[in-house]
Amino acid sequence: MSPEVALPIIVPLMTGTLTLLAWRSNILQKILSVLGSIALLISSIWLLVSVREQGHVVMYMGGWVAPYGITLVADMLSAIMVVLTAMMAVAIAIFSLSSAASSHERFGYYPLMHLLLAGVAGSFLTGDLFNLFVWFEVMLVASFALLILGGERAQMEGAVKYVTLNMLSSAIFLSAIGLLYGLVGTLNMADIAVKLSQVENTGLVDVIAVMFMVAFGIKAAAFPLFFWLPASYHTGPVAVSAIFAGLLTKVGVYALYRVFTLIFNQSPEFTHELLLWVAAFTMITGVLGAAAQFEFRRILSFHIVSQIGYMLLGLALFTPLAIIGGVFYIMHHIIVKTNLFLISGITHRLLGTYDLKKLGGLYKSRPFLSVLFLVPALSLAGLPPLSGFFAKFIVIRAGVEAEAWVVTGVALLVGLLTLYSMIKIWAEAFWKKLPDETDGSALAQPMTLSLTALYLPVILLAACTLFIGLNGQPIYLMAEFSAQQLMNPAGYIEAVLGVKP
Amino acid sequence: MEPIMAIVVGCLYAAAIYMMLRRSIVKLVIGLMLLSNAANLLIFTSAGMIRGAPPLIPVGAMQPEGMIADPLPQALILTAIVIAFGVLAFAVVLIHRAYNIIHTDNLDQMKDTDT
Repeated sequence: MSPEVALPIIVPLMTGTLTLLAWRSNILQKILSVLGSIALLISSIWLLVSVREQGHVVMYMGGWVAPYGITLVADMLSAIMVVLTAMMAVAIAIFSLSSAASSHERFGYYPLMHLLLAGVAGSFLTGDLFNLFVWFEVMLVASFALLILGGERAQMEGAVKYVTLNMLSSAIFLSAIGLLYGLVGTLNMADIAVKLSQVENTGLVDVIAVMFMVAFGIKAAAFPLFFWLPASYHTGPVAVSAIFAGLLTKVGVYALYRVFTLIFNQSPEFTHELLLWVAAFTMITGVLGAAAQFEFRRILSFHIVSQIGYMLLGLALFTPLAIIGGVFYIMHHIIVKTNLFLISGITHRLLGTYDLKKLGGLYKSRPFLSVLFLVPALSLAGLPPLSGFFAKFIVIRAGVEAEAWVVTGVALLVGLLTLYSMIKIWAEAFWKKLPDETDGSALAQPMTLSLTALYLPVILLAACTLFIGLNGQPIYLMAEFSAQQLMNPAGYIEAVLGVKP
Repeated sequence: MEPIMAIVVGCLYAAAIYMMLRRSIVKLVIGLMLLSNAANLLIFTSAGMIRGAPPLIPVGAMQPEGMIADPLPQALILTAIVIAFGVLAFAVVLIHRAYNIIHTDNLDQMKDTDT
């Protein structure tokens, strides 16, 4: 028995239930939400520690041994992702103390948020393909409802696209599961990996692999399936945007990492080559899309797309160093991207708009906030000594070593264009004078308790970025450990099935 | 039986995609409905269809005799139907709300967030 594998799923589900019971009291819901997120963080760190000691932590639900029952498996990648989820949960819970409108809270903001976290954690921990589908749906239903809280016109439009594309992705995922089950007769990922290597009809295997690539590619917002993301992410409440930006696309990326290292590793010259080009186009379209935008959160949304490209690049190169780079990139990106969205929330609180043309004068009146913005912004662009520099450095070095010159060139160019976007936000929102038509009266307000609740998570996440940048060695070692596990699926299979493949 | 099912599944997918490409959001939701049904039938078909052999173990025996129908795909489909029902219920409410707020059911007029 290793209860720490199930705890990161049970804790947010319990928190969600408790907040549901406290439906009438917003204050009680807030307290429960913060306490629940901290409990999630503690349980996820417990999981990380025990994964470091044991390698793989496996739990058979209901005592049904794999491959018959549903298995929960945590390897280093899952554990890292769960810890990041919990960190974002704490940040968002604190931020929501002040940012969530009471009209949103009355419609189940906190229960939905924790249901979303349970779905995300479940997706990271499950070792069963159909169970992964179920957790995806749990996560999606919660995200649908969160996205439309408030019910404005833009939210409705964004939600129609978001819901449609995600349901399409689910249907493709489900079809791919059906075909795969018809082929190998099992749903346990480790068991599939064993049985798939004996299948002779490799053409059909490649077709199923591409179906998974499309299904997860939509979730991860990879080229050419990304357009729902910039159409919807900037419409929701800001804390919701932030947690979507940090976690939801990364679930798709995680699923790609899991499936294309464990299950579909037979013909990397086809599948991973395809991923390589997807990664290149994802990077370049995302960053060009951002260059054309003048809305704070839309720029950031397009940058999610371009950054997904770097993570896919790590997977597509499929060398140990590239996987290290990809995992490192995911860790850095989740923290930085959530932080940037939270900062856009603070500027919105101060000036009442997300439009860069109407923003301005923030450096003069809020120098501390400006510095807080620069940390994640320059990290996103990949300037040393921040976390993004090392993440990009490892990925690009892996590209050079694999002699994938075109993609490496694209990655370098995209880094430069990212810097351009960040400088644009800096120059427009922070550096230039406040435009006359914007009401700047809120700028002068002193640090109230409610502003402090907005600042606190931003400071914590910026500190994480600095820590990864200045002291990257332990983070690198974690990424290296997870890359070792991902490149040797035999260890995963042995841990789940209990036999050497 | 399988060839007929294959054609049915193919037609369902085609109909679903056609409906989703129409401009009306009502037809979009009908398309999504057909799509999830098509996926369920695909699981049912690809997992193998065996007629008249329920997965029962005779009294006293330790394992079933001969070929039996696989009960797992049906459990999967049941789960998928429930999930699809829930999501679809949400989608129906969403398009109703969207229609009330935007005053149109034409997807072409919902492009404000695209640019």
